[in-house]
Amino acid sequence: MQVPILKQRDYLIASIQAALTDADLLQLRDALVAQVGTFRSRGVIVDVTALDVMDSFAVRTLRDLAHMIRLRGAETVIVGIQPEVAFAMVQLGLILEGVSTALDLEEGLAFLDKKLKAGSRAG
Amino acid sequence: MDDGISLSVTEAVRVQPLSEASVALLRELVAHLRQSRTQLREEWARRITEAQLLTAMSKDEIFAEATAVYDNYVDVLETGSVEALQAYARNLSERIIPRGVQTHEVVGIVLLLRDVLARSLFAKYQADFTKLNRVLDAYEPAANRIANTVGVSFVQERERVIRAQQEAIRELSTPVLPVRERLLILPVIGTVDPLRARQLTEQLLRGIRTNRARVVVMDITGVPAMDATVANHLVLTVEAARLLGATVIVTGLSPELAQTLVNIGVDLSKMDTVGDLQGGIEEAERLLGYKVSPVEESPKQL
Repeated sequence: MQVPILKQRDYLIASIQAALTDADLLQLRDALVAQVGTFRSRGVIVDVTALDVMDSFAVRTLRDLAHMIRLRGAETVIVGIQPEVAFAMVQLGLILEGVSTALDLEEGLAFLDKKLKAGSRAG
Repeated sequence: MDDGISLSVTEAVRVQPLSEASVALLRELVAHLRQSRTQLREEWARRITEAQLLTAMSKDEIFAEATAVYDNYVDVLETGSVEALQAYARNLSERIIPRGVQTHEVVGIVLLLRDVLARSLFAKYQADFTKLNRVLDAYEPAANRIANTVGVSFVQERERVIRAQQEAIRELSTPVLPVRERLLILPVIGTVDPLRARQLTEQLLRGIRTNRARVVVMDITGVPAMDATVANHLVLTVEAARLLGATVIVTGLSPELAQTLVNIGVDLSKMDTVGDLQGGIEEAERLLGYKVSPVEESPKQL
């Protein structure tokens, strides 16, 4: 199942609605990394609220995705990780190091707004 | 006798059915005990005071309870059914446990009563040794069974109280308190065992979600010590909170706890720690962009 990617002003929003296969995840990663360049986006939000399981492949792919997007000049926020999922992840040592997280879509947008405003002021 | 509630007690103290002769003897014995009720009861109460048992209770109270126990005791000897005594013992335990009466005291007074009654039997049948022997044969198993029943009832009641208290402590132990919008405080007080640690994690992560918290101050001033497993769990909780988009500030780490955390090799870049709760809240406010300043005093009106 393909994940729809929505463009909202300077941001791209990918909302995962159901469990994804490894191939779907890789496809999502490649699509997002490509579209960041196409739309000159400054932020990417990946919403995983609907996921009640995250395996090591999914976590690694999300982490790679965030790092690749940073190299392409944009910020990534993972939003909506469920409490149970979060604790299971840290128990398995899957901690998304170096990746920003937020409670939900709204918080993620607020985070990006703040971060990019601060960045533009500094630059 | 074997209904569900009393099963465990009666199992422990089941005795052989009594023969005709011992039934007759028991009846005689009960008549004797009823007759000398006043005197024996007083003797017993006196010996309880002498042995310094039930010091938490007044003399009058001891006498009142002694009367009730005495009557129940004789009833058990007569009917052979411990149910009424069991109910009474449970009720008594319920009343005296909060006053700090110990197991050895309860067992002690029942054994004293057994002794007092046995002595009175010795006195009554001292002329006829064979009869005394037969009376004791009938009396002793019943008396032991009573002692057993009372002791077990007391211990069961106490265990029930302990279980209820543990439950209460567990429920009270980890409140998650919102102090400002997006700011939660989680004061942890007392020893944290693995079970409580798990509960703490669950409540914290749920609290973050329901209160939409961005910063959590976890104050562990009141935690005397933690073993490595629990400390590790704490670190995982902090990590998990980050995955939900919240920052956890840990405050009030004691030197011992700091040592534990260093020993298990915590990555300090992942943990935000501040000395005390006040500092933690100030740091949290800074993260959330609050600025607290005193209200300017308005000029006093004359």
